[in-house]
Amino acid sequence: MLFFYANNKDYPDPAWRGRVTGVFIALVVLWALLVGSEFKPWILFDARSLSATGRFLNGFIPPAHSAEFLTMLLHATWQTVAMATAGLSLALLGAIPLTLIVTRRLSISALGTGRISRLTGLVRQCVRWLLVLLRSVPELVWALLLVRIVGLGVTAGVLAIALTYCGMLGKVYAEILESSDTHATETLLKNGNGRLVAFFYGALPESASELLSYTMYRWECAIRGSVVMGFVGAGGLGQRMDESIKMMAGNEVATMLIVFMLLVAASDGMSKLLRRHWA
Amino acid sequence: MPIPPTVRVSTVILLLGLAAFIVASFASLPLAWSDLFSAEAVRSSSEFLHGFMPPDVSPAFLRKIAIATQETLAMSALGTLLAALLGIMLALPASGRYGSALRAITRTILNSLRSVPELIWASMLLIAAGLGPFAGTLALTVHTTGVLGRLFADAIENGQRLPEATLRINGSKSIAAFLYATLPQTLPQIMSYTLYRWENNIRAAAILGIVGAGGLGQMLKYHLSLFQMQQAASVILAMLLLVAMVDALSFVWRRVMTTA
Repeated sequence: MLFFYANNKDYPDPAWRGRVTGVFIALVVLWALLVGSEFKPWILFDARSLSATGRFLNGFIPPAHSAEFLTMLLHATWQTVAMATAGLSLALLGAIPLTLIVTRRLSISALGTGRISRLTGLVRQCVRWLLVLLRSVPELVWALLLVRIVGLGVTAGVLAIALTYCGMLGKVYAEILESSDTHATETLLKNGNGRLVAFFYGALPESASELLSYTMYRWECAIRGSVVMGFVGAGGLGQRMDESIKMMAGNEVATMLIVFMLLVAASDGMSKLLRRHWA
Repeated sequence: MPIPPTVRVSTVILLLGLAAFIVASFASLPLAWSDLFSAEAVRSSSEFLHGFMPPDVSPAFLRKIAIATQETLAMSALGTLLAALLGIMLALPASGRYGSALRAITRTILNSLRSVPELIWASMLLIAAGLGPFAGTLALTVHTTGVLGRLFADAIENGQRLPEATLRINGSKSIAAFLYATLPQTLPQIMSYTLYRWENNIRAAAILGIVGAGGLGQMLKYHLSLFQMQQAASVILAMLLLVAMVDALSFVWRRVMTTA
């Protein structure tokens, strides 16, 4: 087709050159990507890899279901959920005060003139940078570093979730509060109330359901995150999964994947329930 | 005075349940707070943090970081590209074009691909693909296929059906009708979902290597396990820079696209 139009003297293709250049550039980029990511699909089909994969996948059926293993798994799963919950609670402990500082809406010095005094502006900017720093280091990297400081186990995981999610919650809470209706907050502040009163009676009721539903969403993320952090030694389901994969125990991995999916579905259901309740 | 709002019993029960859940979480975890706040711990962690300074910025090391960054970008781009292609292919049955049975089956497959995080896929795929960026690329592909396939299927389902039906009634083949009626409607959405996932995947690719799947993450893990803190610090800085750049670019891009 392409060549037909290109060679047709009566109806030359006006976009011919652009099209060829486009295809050429795309191929060059694709080639660079294939080289860069060492894309060698034939590795999957060489005899050694096939036999390893075969052995691993063969183990999947039937999934491991001995009572001892299931008890261990239950314990690990609870640990994961507890890690996420404890981490998120600590994150809230940090995020709520930081939000109160960051939110411009609650600024008292901005009353009247609309300008924020230089000192409080500076403090606000510093806290904002702190939040950026906390959330831009991925939770897995926090966990990897904290494992070196506090040792293997759940403490590293809880702290990693607390640090990352403090940054995320602080930023998004402030955004939600900034974008809600200002009238009540402003009136309270202008009539001489403190920022806490303005927050509790003005800003909070205005956006409580949004704040809550974002928190629940983050809790779901934290559960998935705490499983993943187990892979760097932060305890819970992830650490068990990592061990089973390394031992190529397909049957255990199969059960764990099922449990993981159930866990995600359950946390999804629970957060839906709570959101509906407060919506 | 206005009447105070009534408090529902179910709210009280839910709140109490939530509080009990949080307390149970803290109580059941073997948290080593004492280790963390003891003088010994403070000393060792400050030593640990001091080890990071100054980050290694020798040209030879920066070149290595550049290669790893390139690897990360290549993994994310190729993974997203493959996932978009596979996603389209799976989105066709998942959008109910070939009957509701196939729709349910493909949706189940997509959901299970999606519900397992990239990192877990990567650590399983290491068995088949060996250490290195190839496993990471496959992991990104598999997870992203689940995400994009579902989004594409929804986009196709939500599109107008009339144009395609008209073409079909007037005798065009099924493929032609899809390509000329349904695809053009959904293409903008498909493009924006794919770009959005690419952005996510760059972030994911940067850390995937921690389980051995290539890129910056693998480098970080390598230097951390050898206690080469200064090198590890540079890798972390490179990760932060990469993520910040991606964020800034997507912010600018979004602004351009929405104002244009």
